[in-house]
Amino acid sequence: MNDMPMVRFENVSKRYGALTVLDSLNLDIGRGEKVSIIGPSGSGKTTVLRMLMTLEAINDGVLWVDGEPMTHMLQNGKLVPATTKHIRRIRAKIGMVFQSFNLFPHMTAMGNCIEAPITVLGMKRSEAEERAAELLNMVGLSAKKDHYPSQLSGGQQQRVAIARALAMRPKIMLFDEVTSALDPELVGEVLQVIRKIGREHDLTMLMVTHQMGFAKEFSDRVCFFYQGKICEQGSPAEIFGNPKNERTRQFLNAVLEAG
Amino acid sequence: MWDWTFTFEILPVLARAAIMTVEATALGFIIAATVGLVLASIRLAFPSAGVVVTILVELIRSTPLLIQIFFLYFVLPKAGIVLDAFTAGVAAIGIHYAAYCSEVYRAGFENVPRGQWEASIALNLSPWNTFKDIILPQALPPVVPALGNYLIALFKETPLLSAIAVLELMQTAKNIGSETFRYTEPVTLVGVFFLVMSLVSAGIIRMLESWLQRR
Repeated sequence: MNDMPMVRFENVSKRYGALTVLDSLNLDIGRGEKVSIIGPSGSGKTTVLRMLMTLEAINDGVLWVDGEPMTHMLQNGKLVPATTKHIRRIRAKIGMVFQSFNLFPHMTAMGNCIEAPITVLGMKRSEAEERAAELLNMVGLSAKKDHYPSQLSGGQQQRVAIARALAMRPKIMLFDEVTSALDPELVGEVLQVIRKIGREHDLTMLMVTHQMGFAKEFSDRVCFFYQGKICEQGSPAEIFGNPKNERTRQFLNAVLEAG
Repeated sequence: MWDWTFTFEILPVLARAAIMTVEATALGFIIAATVGLVLASIRLAFPSAGVVVTILVELIRSTPLLIQIFFLYFVLPKAGIVLDAFTAGVAAIGIHYAAYCSEVYRAGFENVPRGQWEASIALNLSPWNTFKDIILPQALPPVVPALGNYLIALFKETPLLSAIAVLELMQTAKNIGSETFRYTEPVTLVGVFFLVMSLVSAGIIRMLESWLQRR
């Protein structure tokens, strides 16, 4: 099982009506690998994360997680569409952080971080709180644990959201343009936290980002998406230093000029 | 014109009837609020059942309450379901307003951003926990004012129960009138009672609202 990648997209397609968002995607993400997905808007990059989090159903193909199919399950040696129960079991290995934070506004930072551990993992309240306190401390928000999201800055909210996702002990973390909704001066504190969990936790990380500098410094691999396909992928040095594809060059020039 | 002695004479009778009115209102609204929530939740949980609920809601909202009261009291016994006047009346009022309340709850559910559902999925919360812990606590506070308006509207419609001779305020006032040929005092007192109770309820709802907003 351990020679299987942590995540495998096998001929995965996603269509909305006549519009093909992802066209027969094949992508493996290794254990502990940090992969950045870049590309113009509408290239399907966010859809990749949303399908993996099961927020979008796939139309074709099979999604594998940690050596097991997630969208399907094995029955008499054949892959059949997965039941909700099966999906929930596999989904427990994945955590996600959203562009718009999506904290629960009626719960404190602490409340946000213990809700799922208590109701899903069946943790005792004291245990969940202890662990949540550790995580809030790691993201630098010990002092804010009793604050409601509306009392926190965007950067602080996003750091709570990261702690909340980590509280479920995922093996895979998905970051969907997590700094795009932030004021520029708050981007740094969130990237700092992502760097830290990349170092301290044994996590597979997949991020959609517009922060080219961060993608370059942080990732093991960068995938450039264009019109629902991986147009080019490679090490940050290759993609940013010597892109082979014309589209990649154009995109990077446009982004770097704007930045 | 106004006889104070007579007024004080009929006050105890009217007070008893007032209790009946308040009881009918409370029970009717409990039914309305609960059944309304159940209807809206069914529509939320099973979109396929939504059509049935929509038809039911439209049917109830598009016919007069008085007809529904008559239906429960006079027609249901033909099907072997015999309800006493108070039960039939309260049930009719409750179900009638449940249809309105279900639309209020629906608006409340629709108001919860999609991201809240998505975060719940990402945290692997069960559908029930998502509903109970995440969606409901965010959907309810904004709709409290609208529910409060329906409480007051329901309260003001309880005199319709006099049509099936429930001894609530209006029926009692009518009885007093037909026995004594004096309508001024009983009907005025009933009007004042409704005015005072409506204002008090509106005040309580406003307090509840500001308390919910402060949280």
